[in-house]
Amino acid sequence: MQQPAIQVRNLRKSFRKRNGFRKKSELWAIDDVSFTVAQGETYGLLGPNGSGKSSLIRVLSTLLIADSGYVSMLGFALPEQAEEVRRIIGRVSVDAAFYKKLSARENLLYTALLYGQNARQSELRVMEILEQLGMENTKFSTPLEEMSRGMQQKISIARALMINPPLLLLDEPTTGLDPKSRRDVQSFLEDLQSREGTTILLTTHDMAEAERLCARIGFLAHGKLVAEGTAKQLMQRAGAGSLDDAFIRLTGEELAEEEEMALVED
Amino acid sequence: MMEATLRQTWAFLFRGYHITRRYIGWVVVFNFYALVTSATVALIGVAEKNYQLTLTLVVGALLWNYLSWLYQEIAMSIAYERWEGTLEYTFMAPVSRAVHLLGVSLYSLLNSIVTSVIVLIGLMLFTDLNLRGANLPGVLVVLAVSTVAFVGLGLFAAVFPVMSAERGAEATHIFQGSLLLVSGVYYPIEVLPAWLQPLSAISPATYTLSACRKLFGVGNSESTAEHLAGAPLSAVSHELLVLALMGAILLPLGLLVFVRVEAWAKKTGKLKRTG
Repeated sequence: MQQPAIQVRNLRKSFRKRNGFRKKSELWAIDDVSFTVAQGETYGLLGPNGSGKSSLIRVLSTLLIADSGYVSMLGFALPEQAEEVRRIIGRVSVDAAFYKKLSARENLLYTALLYGQNARQSELRVMEILEQLGMENTKFSTPLEEMSRGMQQKISIARALMINPPLLLLDEPTTGLDPKSRRDVQSFLEDLQSREGTTILLTTHDMAEAERLCARIGFLAHGKLVAEGTAKQLMQRAGAGSLDDAFIRLTGEELAEEEEMALVED
Repeated sequence: MMEATLRQTWAFLFRGYHITRRYIGWVVVFNFYALVTSATVALIGVAEKNYQLTLTLVVGALLWNYLSWLYQEIAMSIAYERWEGTLEYTFMAPVSRAVHLLGVSLYSLLNSIVTSVIVLIGLMLFTDLNLRGANLPGVLVVLAVSTVAFVGLGLFAAVFPVMSAERGAEATHIFQGSLLLVSGVYYPIEVLPAWLQPLSAISPATYTLSACRKLFGVGNSESTAEHLAGAPLSAVSHELLVLALMGAILLPLGLLVFVRVEAWAKKTGKLKRTG
């Protein structure tokens, strides 16, 4: 039997929050979460802001160390084998973090070198990816700060894919994109999954996106995974006609923007 | 493996070069400011018509520019990444922290050398100093040894921005200011309040300045305005030994502290403020 691409068992992560002078409380960003993603599967995590989606992605990206629980990425355990995990993951975050003054080409070549790759070969792969994402080659030399958010996000996806990772972690990759860019990205991800069998973990607010892209979906609320299954299973379980209604019934809340969990700066 | 490591090291030089190119206006401003502040200090000696004082100030200004730029560029490299929002991506890449910080240090070293050359040329124009007789190869040896210690100090200071996005950059500047105060850059350490003087003994800049002044011939009665009597390298063996020891301790310790603080930041969620 093939080992799972992602295995998460009883994962917990809390942050301390300051409540006035010398008073602190603990907030559970991830509260006893367990799920498994099969190789080649696209798995969606849905939840409002502050539900723990980004914290979960950051644990899987080796950027956050959990308090307890077990995480394995293609057989590599975290945080013990973080070095190995970094070689097999690509990540796209909601904010396209780049050196804004540098061009797309300079940013991407820097990433290729950082991963120890041949810059010329990586450049060819990036051009191919950007073409598939519907981006003109002429934009390649434009500083990132002069690009639209949609274009920046496409560059961000190209950055994650240029290392050809078997595991792709996408943290709200289409949030804030115009409809065309959103469609381009979604089509590209569908194509990528079917063509290369890349395992994708996707967090989103967008029910339609989750329904379109994800084989299975997990609902996150207040750090807990409250329900999991295919879109159809979730709707059946909730007795709802849409994934939106299923989410409200199963989590007891709407997918409206919640205030971000503010962490304590010690 | 070796090829990949070389590419990773090159990545930081590549990034630094292109960022410098894009911010060239600011680079010119910073170098101009470094030159002007150094010249204004050195001109105090010219006004006094005292070439020994001028030489003392020139050596202080020149070395402080080199050491402080080196320290600052390394210490602030993490703060710059915080501001750009790219720190998580650097920490997520499969690059060892030693290679990461080596790359950053190499670029900082190149930057410091360029600034020091600009300041040196400017100071020569302003002060009309004659460096004939100075032990310049000896000065380069001292600078090479003290560079290791200052890279170690830079690594220590680079942990502040990892700990706190807001306060980290401030802390690195406080630390830098303290080094300037206690290291005898422009005045003898003896003029400091007695309670501050012991701190000069733990600053590598103290030994760098002391050694370089001897090698330039500062305080040597045989030195004249036309011909300096620079000391041989053997005359600064004590300073070289202390600097070598400091480098041997500070560099690995700085790296170790950085790795520990990175792990702590990942446990407490300090790499990003929102979850």
